[in-house]
Amino acid sequence: MEGMGNKVPENKRSIRCRMALLLLAVGSTLFLLGNLIYGSISVSMQDVICILMGQEAGTAYQRIVMDIRFPRAIAAFLLGGALALSGYLLQTFFHNPIAGPFVLGISSGSKLAVSLVMVFLLGKSVSVSSSALIAAAFAGALSSMGLVLLMSRQVRSMSSLVVGGVMIGYICTAVTDFVVTFAEDADIINLHNWSRGSFSGISWEDAAIMAAVVAVTVCVVFLLSKPISAYQLGENYAGNMGVNVRKLRVSLILLSSLLSACVVAYAGPISFVGIAVPQLVKILLGTSKPMWMIPCCFLGGSMFCLICDLIARTVFAPTELSISTVTAVFGAPVVLWVLVRQKSERQL
Amino acid sequence: MNHCYFFTEKMCVGYQDRTLIKDIEITLPKGEILTLIGANGAGKSTVLKSIAGQLRLLGGTVCLEEETLSAMDRKALARKMSVVFTERLKTELMTCGDVVETGRYPYTGRFSILSEEDRQIVREAMDLIRVTEIRDVDFRKISDGQRQRVMLARAICQEPEILILDEPISYLDIRHKLDFLSILEEMREKKGLTVIMSLHELELAKIISDKIMCLKGEYVLRYGTPKEIFEGKFIEQLFDITEERFAANEKFLAYIRKVGSYG
Repeated sequence: MEGMGNKVPENKRSIRCRMALLLLAVGSTLFLLGNLIYGSISVSMQDVICILMGQEAGTAYQRIVMDIRFPRAIAAFLLGGALALSGYLLQTFFHNPIAGPFVLGISSGSKLAVSLVMVFLLGKSVSVSSSALIAAAFAGALSSMGLVLLMSRQVRSMSSLVVGGVMIGYICTAVTDFVVTFAEDADIINLHNWSRGSFSGISWEDAAIMAAVVAVTVCVVFLLSKPISAYQLGENYAGNMGVNVRKLRVSLILLSSLLSACVVAYAGPISFVGIAVPQLVKILLGTSKPMWMIPCCFLGGSMFCLICDLIARTVFAPTELSISTVTAVFGAPVVLWVLVRQKSERQL
Repeated sequence: MNHCYFFTEKMCVGYQDRTLIKDIEITLPKGEILTLIGANGAGKSTVLKSIAGQLRLLGGTVCLEEETLSAMDRKALARKMSVVFTERLKTELMTCGDVVETGRYPYTGRFSILSEEDRQIVREAMDLIRVTEIRDVDFRKISDGQRQRVMLARAICQEPEILILDEPISYLDIRHKLDFLSILEEMREKKGLTVIMSLHELELAKIISDKIMCLKGEYVLRYGTPKEIFEGKFIEQLFDITEERFAANEKFLAYIRKVGSYG
């Protein structure tokens, strides 16, 4: 009797997790297709399917779908997932539900490093390879992260840490603006669009490199799901469970910085995805087990960014909104809601 | 002497460069219960955390089965030693059952999926500590006493040889206090479990412990059997209870004498 009573909720929860994973996978695939169909010019679903199957469907459509929309949708899929996962890792690391690459100033650090490299190299009329951009973004992310870590030793409170991160972000943004102001006119347009955040202008070559980096990183994160689950209980208990806490902390920092660096290198800083998606996914799953959270966060981030990019491209077409404008509209209320809920839970 | 199951040599504990207690020498045969007593802030938790490896030793060594703890493989140690500290476990959306299951961590594979055997051990530990009925309740929504019992069940399902407990029964009612200590005694008899814990309940420390370590000031004030500790006016001295203070009150005076004496 009792054995049976124990088993039911266990099964229910794992069914719920599976359903959620399926839902997110189907959802992100649908919105990926949606991004190929809709835009300033709509291409019919049949045409899109024909093009994807490699059949002829008119060269104009072919080029719009294959050269512009498809790589862009792939970028939104990969980078959205990377951003959400990076946020999840940072939240785990700091035991802080409102940590994320954007609010902690990590994205802005990457942005600064990337714009410095771009302006410097473009000034010498050297073309910048995308791996160099990722490297620069990673270096920038780690420097910002270093500052945040120094600060986190001094401030214990969750909100002061975030305020500190936002300040670091402002400083980096200010320096970036300064650099951009003195850049050559021709570079500015590119740089300016990028520094506001956008998935546009992604080539197939970019998409391939980003896919490789993101796929490897996500796999490594997934393999760490067991020590991460122990770390969630607190550093001391994790140590007693046989986890090398110091090594895990370093891995979390490096992996989350790499993921957010990849995003910034290609799409610029994108706000709120890193905080909002893990929170929403956690509610959907009803558990915080990393084994489920990691894949679901990734797919959730993908879906969220695909939806936001679709909105950014279509609502005021042909004018395009910056992606951060759209993600903030949906993401910021989630952060507010988390803050309010935290307060009320602490009063319990 | 040093062929004991668990021993420390010249162990110094404290934080960073501030040494709290020096030259701690513990020798504990397998299957014995050692209790740390002392006033608030005497350093009981610091000693326990240092033994468990959460604080770096400022000097000396801690050995388990003749192996230095700091040199032992983390995973191997996790299968031998489990801990319950006063520090709260941080959980999110975890039921009490989930929390107990985390005790099986050192035994599970890469994705910590529990085998049927693991589940059986978890069920037995929960039945033993009587927390089965709150199995599906959120860990954050139970009382302090219940939380303490869930943590004890977690420590037990880790199947340790040695258990480190910091004030494990402080929030429990009298029945659960006695229940828990009798479980410890039973596990010691059956499985040879060794226990190192701190207690504020002196009367219970007196009856459950094989050895007692008294902490006061920079050194261990006394280390011995309950009979050696609860003699004369030692307890009054340990806790700075002066009889003059309570001289006017017969009831308190009688209580102090009762607590401080053996048998």
